[in-house]
Amino acid sequence: MNMTQQLLTIAVVSLGTILTRFLPFLLFPAGKPTPKYIRYLGKVLPSAVFGLLVVYCLKHVSLVAAPFGLPEAIALVVVIGLHLWKKQMLLSIAGGTVVYMLLVQLVFM
Amino acid sequence: MKRKALRAALPHTIPVFTGYLVLGISYGVLITAKGAPFWMPMLTSLSIFAGSMEFVLVNLLLSGFDLLQAFLMTLMINARHLFYGISMLDRYRGLGLKKLYLIYGLTDETFSIVCAMEPPEGVDRGLFSLFVTLLDHSYWVLGCTLGGIFGSMLSFDTRGLEFVMTAMFAVIFLENWQKEKQHLPAIIGVVLPIVCLLIFGADSFMIPAMLSILAALTLLRKPLEQEVQP
Repeated sequence: MNMTQQLLTIAVVSLGTILTRFLPFLLFPAGKPTPKYIRYLGKVLPSAVFGLLVVYCLKHVSLVAAPFGLPEAIALVVVIGLHLWKKQMLLSIAGGTVVYMLLVQLVFM
Repeated sequence: MKRKALRAALPHTIPVFTGYLVLGISYGVLITAKGAPFWMPMLTSLSIFAGSMEFVLVNLLLSGFDLLQAFLMTLMINARHLFYGISMLDRYRGLGLKKLYLIYGLTDETFSIVCAMEPPEGVDRGLFSLFVTLLDHSYWVLGCTLGGIFGSMLSFDTRGLEFVMTAMFAVIFLENWQKEKQHLPAIIGVVLPIVCLLIFGADSFMIPAMLSILAALTLLRKPLEQEVQP
């Protein structure tokens, strides 16, 4: 992507973000009940979207070629373990990332 | 009046300060390590102000030029903001021009503060919310800007730094998992994208994945709704 295309992409992402934030205030005037389908999506969509994002982050990992997704798997176990143990979001993220960086820079080269 | 509201808002935003600073710096270092100029994270932190989406933007900028995919991904990833807005309809009513900025800056963290905290007696709710939003936004801009500057100056080995994004989404996924009674939506959110990834490949699976998630959740509405609401 050249710089113009990058700036256009940023503009579109900015526009999309603004749209999702303003839409409720445009669509549902205060005091009127929100449609049930929308409320239902509000309950179930976030869990699904963060699952989707984890898959999105790992989309280039190959399980059939070395290192068979091992660095990702190990680092994810560290993230989950740390989080179940300490429940400190930043600690879990930092711990997993440091382990992953060490793995790809020193172990699985 | 303003001073009082600022003083009431500040302590509530301290945890956000730590979080935004660390994640903002990580994001700034990451995007500059992937080749963006130092001012890019500053620009996106001001104009997008949605952390998850900005991390995803790093990937979008590295892949092919595709505005439709970028737009649809933004809508899907930020869809949860629709529901923050719905919860704030009444609280943000009648705040005049302030309201525009309050809605613009309604991130996950800002929402959790303005939704859960009552401003102390004698403090105007609109001003309190405004300062929470303004403080959070400045923490994010500060973190991203620092990250952009560090990232373009330092030349350490950043291989693997992109995992910060995977780890962040995995932690949020895990926190949702622990809170929810019904895990089917979370499972759908992992399984369908994997299926789409296998069928369509890494470069074009996102749109089918998003559509199939929406379709599955819509089809399963009856059984899920009964279990989600006790």
